[in-house]
Amino acid sequence: MRGLLTIAHLTVHEARRRKILLAMLILGLAFLSLFATGFHFINKSLEAEKKMPPQQRRFVLSNAVLAGFYAVNFLMIMTAVLTPVDTVSGEIDSGVIQTLATKPIHRSEILLGKWLGFFIVLLMYLTLMIGGILLVVRIIGKFVPPNVGTGVSLMLLEGTLLLTLSIAGGTRLSTITNGVMVFGLYGLAFIGGWMEQIGTLVGNSTTRYIGILASLVVPSESLWQLAAYHMQPPLMRDLHLTPFSPASVPSHFMVIWAAAYTAVALGIALWQFQKRNL
Amino acid sequence: MADCVIETRGLRKQFGEKTAVSDLTLSVRRGEVFGFLGPNGGGKTTSIKMLLGLVKPTSGEAQVLSAPLGDIKARGKIGFLPEHFRFHDWLTGREFLGFHGRLYHMESNPLAARIEELLARVDLMDAADRKMHEYSKGMLQRIGLAQALLNEPELLFLDEPTSGLDPLGRLLVRDIIKELRAQGTAVFLNSHLLGEVEISCDRVAFVKKGRVVREMAFHEQKDRVDVELKLGPITSEILAGLSAFGGKPLLHNGHVRLQVSGEDKLPEIACWLVNRGVKVYQLGATRKSLETVFLEIMGEDERPG
Repeated sequence: MRGLLTIAHLTVHEARRRKILLAMLILGLAFLSLFATGFHFINKSLEAEKKMPPQQRRFVLSNAVLAGFYAVNFLMIMTAVLTPVDTVSGEIDSGVIQTLATKPIHRSEILLGKWLGFFIVLLMYLTLMIGGILLVVRIIGKFVPPNVGTGVSLMLLEGTLLLTLSIAGGTRLSTITNGVMVFGLYGLAFIGGWMEQIGTLVGNSTTRYIGILASLVVPSESLWQLAAYHMQPPLMRDLHLTPFSPASVPSHFMVIWAAAYTAVALGIALWQFQKRNL
Repeated sequence: MADCVIETRGLRKQFGEKTAVSDLTLSVRRGEVFGFLGPNGGGKTTSIKMLLGLVKPTSGEAQVLSAPLGDIKARGKIGFLPEHFRFHDWLTGREFLGFHGRLYHMESNPLAARIEELLARVDLMDAADRKMHEYSKGMLQRIGLAQALLNEPELLFLDEPTSGLDPLGRLLVRDIIKELRAQGTAVFLNSHLLGEVEISCDRVAFVKKGRVVREMAFHEQKDRVDVELKLGPITSEILAGLSAFGGKPLLHNGHVRLQVSGEDKLPEIACWLVNRGVKVYQLGATRKSLETVFLEIMGEDERPG
């Protein structure tokens, strides 16, 4: 356990020392400034419309917030996949892993330590971005989106799933192949998710099932859709007013599936790393 | 055997079609400096990696510090400096030693003291707080050596420890090996720098195509002298008499050749021959260098790796 925590510490320290955290902070603040500026002007024009019913104002603000969350979701996916993409394969190739793996710690501690370290980095990023958005919309528009806790937890699960895939890929594949594979899988889930939505809207069950099947292969996009579903006013999602209002709401089974999927991917990663020649 | 730190029998590693190590059988005793010699591509690094648990053998048996390969507890008593000495170079030298000390489960106070001691020993006190990507190759190797010594190991693996070092650096490594031997630490030295091995090691094993082709205790070999004599006349009685001084004498182009156990035998031989009225036209002695032994063992078929 001590070895695991030391490796996790080393991983977070690496992100800090190699200025990954700094880049996240600077670009995150740039993102939030842009979002705050846009949100300020949207809010201002809404306030100028004296006759607008409060419900309609809420819809527009909600849409802006969901657009922000959607962008954060995408950035979080990039962060989850890219930060650990070479942590295993790169250290095996360079030989850096040799001095770690000959210390009196289990190989599983190395892998889980890295996983925990990158999870902490992801959590810090998500906290900064989602926290920033919530702060901006609260201060500027006095607006609080519903079910943020549930929504953000689902996004975090989505990030964790992709992070785990990226680490697992590195125990077997080269860095580039691993990156291509994880983004490729994410792409499958992404288009599958949209097929499911459009298929449902036009009433074509074949397209819908193809989409659900893709979501079973990689459940990341379903988690985002479920998160977006929870973080908008009920009327808005029932009327499908925005691209963030899913026509086909992923079931709660998908959450269990995604969690199990992550656990199995981590298990495979541990097994692969255990038997690998370093 | 309780006094062995490494014992292997028929250790083999196959990567697909390629056999990296075909049959590694050797033993290393507690407290000795053991040289592991062989050409590049001869399976030396794969052998070390198997002994350290980095690579799983395809077959064979082995024990390191009386435990199976890769045993966690045994690893706590082992130090290792890998061949390419690539480390997390975004750390400073001091941080690097700190992290690795924690991986050895060392407590923070003794660890801090040990780090200072080692930084001074490998002459990196000035550079301790600089990031390692600014280090020269020699500095990286020295900090790597300090890392391998953190836990005061019972068994130290050095994979080509002086290949990146200037003469002063080599001297430092040589001195450290000497100190370790005095403290009773066994050193497994993987090298193709024969001069280095000749100075540092007690015993050597020659590996060729992943097989130990010869083991020899070094000090015995070091004292051996090849003697070449030109005599007149050479009788079977003289040859039989000469065999009392060492190995069996051989006749070659009118010269007698034999191997004796030390230089002190030379005047004895001369005296014995003169007393018997044998004319001595030439008495030459050569000591076999490790290089000669190496080339003899590796044979003509071994091309530069």
